[in-house]
Amino acid sequence: MSLIKQLSALMQHLGQGGLNFFQRLGRGHLLLLQLLTGLLPSLLRPRLIIYQIYMVGVLSLIIIIVSGLFVGMVLALQGYNTLVDFGAEESLGTVVALTLVRELGPVVAALLFAGRAGSALTAEIGLMKATEQLSAMEMMAVDPIRRVLLPRFIAGFISLPMLAVIFSAMGVLGGYFIGVGLLGVDEGAYWSQMQGKVEFGHDIVNGIIKSVAFAFVAVWIAIFEGYDAQPTSEGVSRATTRTVVHTSLAVLGLDFILTALMFGD
Amino acid sequence: MVNSRTIEVWVGIFITIAAMALFILAMRVSNLSLSGEADGFQVTASFNNISGLKVRSAVTIAGVRIGRVTAIDYDPQDFSALVTMEIEGRYDQLPSDSSASVLTAGLLGEKYIGIQPGGADENLVQGSKITLTQSAIVLEQLISQFIFSKGSAQ
Repeated sequence: MSLIKQLSALMQHLGQGGLNFFQRLGRGHLLLLQLLTGLLPSLLRPRLIIYQIYMVGVLSLIIIIVSGLFVGMVLALQGYNTLVDFGAEESLGTVVALTLVRELGPVVAALLFAGRAGSALTAEIGLMKATEQLSAMEMMAVDPIRRVLLPRFIAGFISLPMLAVIFSAMGVLGGYFIGVGLLGVDEGAYWSQMQGKVEFGHDIVNGIIKSVAFAFVAVWIAIFEGYDAQPTSEGVSRATTRTVVHTSLAVLGLDFILTALMFGD
Repeated sequence: MVNSRTIEVWVGIFITIAAMALFILAMRVSNLSLSGEADGFQVTASFNNISGLKVRSAVTIAGVRIGRVTAIDYDPQDFSALVTMEIEGRYDQLPSDSSASVLTAGLLGEKYIGIQPGGADENLVQGSKITLTQSAIVLEQLISQFIFSKGSAQ
């Protein structure tokens, strides 16, 4: 008898979890719909967007530049050690540039963005909800979606692709410092091999398309988690954690699909 | 709270850095030429065997890259591979009797097309066909030829 009870309790738990999941998914898409319908009117208030680009993009600049440099430097060191066994250290530039432009630039920039900017967005919006600032705005007939959420959405969507491009360029420079400056790869070979193999239309544009897709997902998750957070201090902290975890998983999963579509031929 | 003028300046700097990074990627990393490949012209050549040649492989003359392979088709009429390549417009001074061969970069490297210029007065133009071609050297065939010739000599 107790087995059946346990089993039914398990089923109930499972059903509850499933229903919760689909409810959240539905609320997320409804919020996205509201965001997209309010997109054009809020473009008319660029000042709010510029302030948010400062918060989301400019303040992430330092971490993106420093990580980009170091990732490029590590790529050059590791790549050199492998390539030198085959006498192919001339192609170091190609290895560094292709890895950064196709993969690491968009992905690592998105992960850093989730940790640096996405979590801040969630915490800010969640705290606004917990302290009932959003309700107060509604009382004053100000739509919090247009006044608070949309400027952040647009700013994040614009900033992340730019950050990814900066990350890739910094990585190539970092690889240059280590490869040419420290390890003695020929400078001409570093750039010319790179230029011979990296194609603007195929590699760089696809990398940017990737980071646009990541930007969309990362900002959507961050804003939804903040807007949907339990209005308590624990709820806000949970929402912030979920933002980072879900964004990272979504970015990595999406990256696999996009890579298979773009470079899987 | 930083005042709004400082914020606008910083956002301006941010956008400038991003534009510069994109410029570096375009010009320094991928060597995107401003003239573009729009003014290039296409020539074809058929090979008996192209081995590992791929679309987007390089087309070179005297070791300098002058274009890319844009399409590889199979021609069922004479059982050969029909390779279409696009050559940049500024290299339009190629004699029409130039020959093309599938070469390998290094011993095991990737395949590319090398063009040896001929001596004719006319030049290759859009749609011309290179008739003199040399197929890829297949390493296995070379080795087996060598082994069998050794065997028959004894």
